[in-house]
Amino acid sequence: MTTLQMLARITASLAIAAAAFAASAQDVTGAGATFPAPIYAKWADAYNKATGVRLNYQSIGSGAGIQQIRARTVDFGASDMPLADDVLAKDGLMQFPTVIGGVVPVVNIKDVAPGQLKLTGQVLGDIYLGKITKWNDPALAALNPGVALPAEAISPVRRADGSGTSFIFTNYLSKTNADWKAKVGEGTAVNWPTGAGGKGNEGVAAFVQRLPNSIGYVEYAYAKQNKMTYALLKNKDGNFVPPDADNFKAAAAGADWSRTFFQMLTDQPGKEAWPISGATFILVYKAPEKPVNVANALKFFDWAYANGDKMADDLEYVPLPAAVKDLVRKSWATNVKDPAGHAIAWK
Amino acid sequence: MSTIVPAQPHLGEAGTVRAGMSDRPPAARRVSPWADVLFSALAHGAAWLTLALLAGILVSLVVGAAPAIREFGLGFLWTSEWDPVQNRYGGLVMIYGTLMTSFIALVIAVPVSFGIALFLTELSPAWLKRPLGTAIELLAAVPSIVYGMWGLLVFSPILARFVQQPLQSAFQGVPLLGPLFSGPPVGIGLLSAGIILAIMVIPFIASVMRDVFDVTPPMLKESAYALGSTTWEVVWRVVLPYTKTGVVGGIMLGLGRALGETMAVTFVIGNFNQLHSVSLFEAANSITSALANEFGEAAAGLHQASLIYLGLVLFVITFVVLAISKLLLQQLKKREGAAA
Repeated sequence: MTTLQMLARITASLAIAAAAFAASAQDVTGAGATFPAPIYAKWADAYNKATGVRLNYQSIGSGAGIQQIRARTVDFGASDMPLADDVLAKDGLMQFPTVIGGVVPVVNIKDVAPGQLKLTGQVLGDIYLGKITKWNDPALAALNPGVALPAEAISPVRRADGSGTSFIFTNYLSKTNADWKAKVGEGTAVNWPTGAGGKGNEGVAAFVQRLPNSIGYVEYAYAKQNKMTYALLKNKDGNFVPPDADNFKAAAAGADWSRTFFQMLTDQPGKEAWPISGATFILVYKAPEKPVNVANALKFFDWAYANGDKMADDLEYVPLPAAVKDLVRKSWATNVKDPAGHAIAWK
Repeated sequence: MSTIVPAQPHLGEAGTVRAGMSDRPPAARRVSPWADVLFSALAHGAAWLTLALLAGILVSLVVGAAPAIREFGLGFLWTSEWDPVQNRYGGLVMIYGTLMTSFIALVIAVPVSFGIALFLTELSPAWLKRPLGTAIELLAAVPSIVYGMWGLLVFSPILARFVQQPLQSAFQGVPLLGPLFSGPPVGIGLLSAGIILAIMVIPFIASVMRDVFDVTPPMLKESAYALGSTTWEVVWRVVLPYTKTGVVGGIMLGLGRALGETMAVTFVIGNFNQLHSVSLFEAANSITSALANEFGEAAAGLHQASLIYLGLVLFVITFVVLAISKLLLQQLKKREGAAA
């Protein structure tokens, strides 16, 4: 190939790339949390078929998503960790929830069936603090009178990467175990006092399935798809509940969404509420520089609220209760404005 | 060699052969004089670009790490606490993990690679040389994540059952060695990471060693054989001294890869940021693994700056390792001169 031919080819491919970038002014870009990425991808695909508008979502992590929206390189950011109201106000952002999920403690103990083991936040916290080290510890035996727990050391497994899943899990432990709150605290990454770290939900699931006498925590979808041995948890009302979609919904129903969307769904009141539930959030600017793009993003989420529940169910996410969706739509109307101060048209 | 040869032999010869032709250089040079200039500029540019990139990376690492450097100073290097909630960071665990896993990898990989290269160049029957050599080079093409998954799912259970548990029962209570093999024998930790790294760097070191062993002049080897040397004596006394620059270079290439390897390590090292014991079985962390795991979700500010600081430390470690290898080679050459 001569240099000229090569140059011609490079120019041609650059032109194609440029054309792809300019494909459609309606395209929406977002970036952030990995946990909801599968459902956003599915919604985006269905939305593209229904309306022709494309959604480009990059699952780069919640922290990175917040940075990208602050740098205004994307139309919306996504985070598993809600931002506090004062932080939002400072940045001129608003946030709203999209779907709910649950984090499930999973174990690998010989002869223990799914749903057989009962745990509390206190005991779970002590295991991850390294205070309870054997499965036949009196605290565990007292919770599980009929279960034959071995006299083996517990191998705790947790996420190695910073993760919204870890944030929800440590938030729950901080609420239910005072010692955990004092020594470790909550965050997407914390100073884990014990345990091996797996990368991603799949890493933790692989560790737990492979290591005998281990305990870990994964997203509900992973526990269900891999048929892992989940544990029952004692919720705020004192009932031992299994992790399932209805119980995640019960946790969401217990929160007061009308005041603020900054809601942690862990340890919520409610007879059926699963205590380690959490919503995932979208961040947009209240006064965006490109109101058209944000309007398109809101149109997409409006469409997903209306048509996406079945798809969410299929992927083991829990759709928001209808009342919460209405609150979100109301909040868009009052909060997101174009430069002239008019509400953005997302309908 | 060049001093023995008469000063301008080929010019003179060419002159006689080309008798009758003019002494002008080939005409092509006159047709496109800009080609020389262009080529020289491009070659210069390529060289300087690499240097500029290196400087650029260093500068951006320092700038990115500046908040952490201001906050923790050099104490970062020997503090083991890594607490994103309290925003207190120290890199000792990761630095220790990186150095230790690479050390284990080299301890295993260097003798094995030497054996491979020796077999391929001196002992192997001719028909086996090519398939075996190709197979070893193919190992280098396996993506690192495959090694990681294999390490986690296949290798570490075997290691736990057949290596760690026997070692642990053999050395229980023995001073010095006992603590080295304490901890949970689950097949995840420094030792597994080191062994996986060894498997990954063996093809690099072995193929470099084989290539340099191959360039040893047959005359040297055959002379040694003729004097009655054994194969081992030939390799140890003739081939190795002749090729030591290349051998050290190959080992450094392997070490560089071991220091920088990320995905395979992150699967089997356990990603544990506490320094509880010196045990090789204990889960640990490495610089690259910490970066890969935490960077995506690290909040802007001290957490991110500390991760970049870790990257800077790795950069310095690599630089120091290279510098030491150069010094080592110089030292070797000097000693040679003294002996002669």
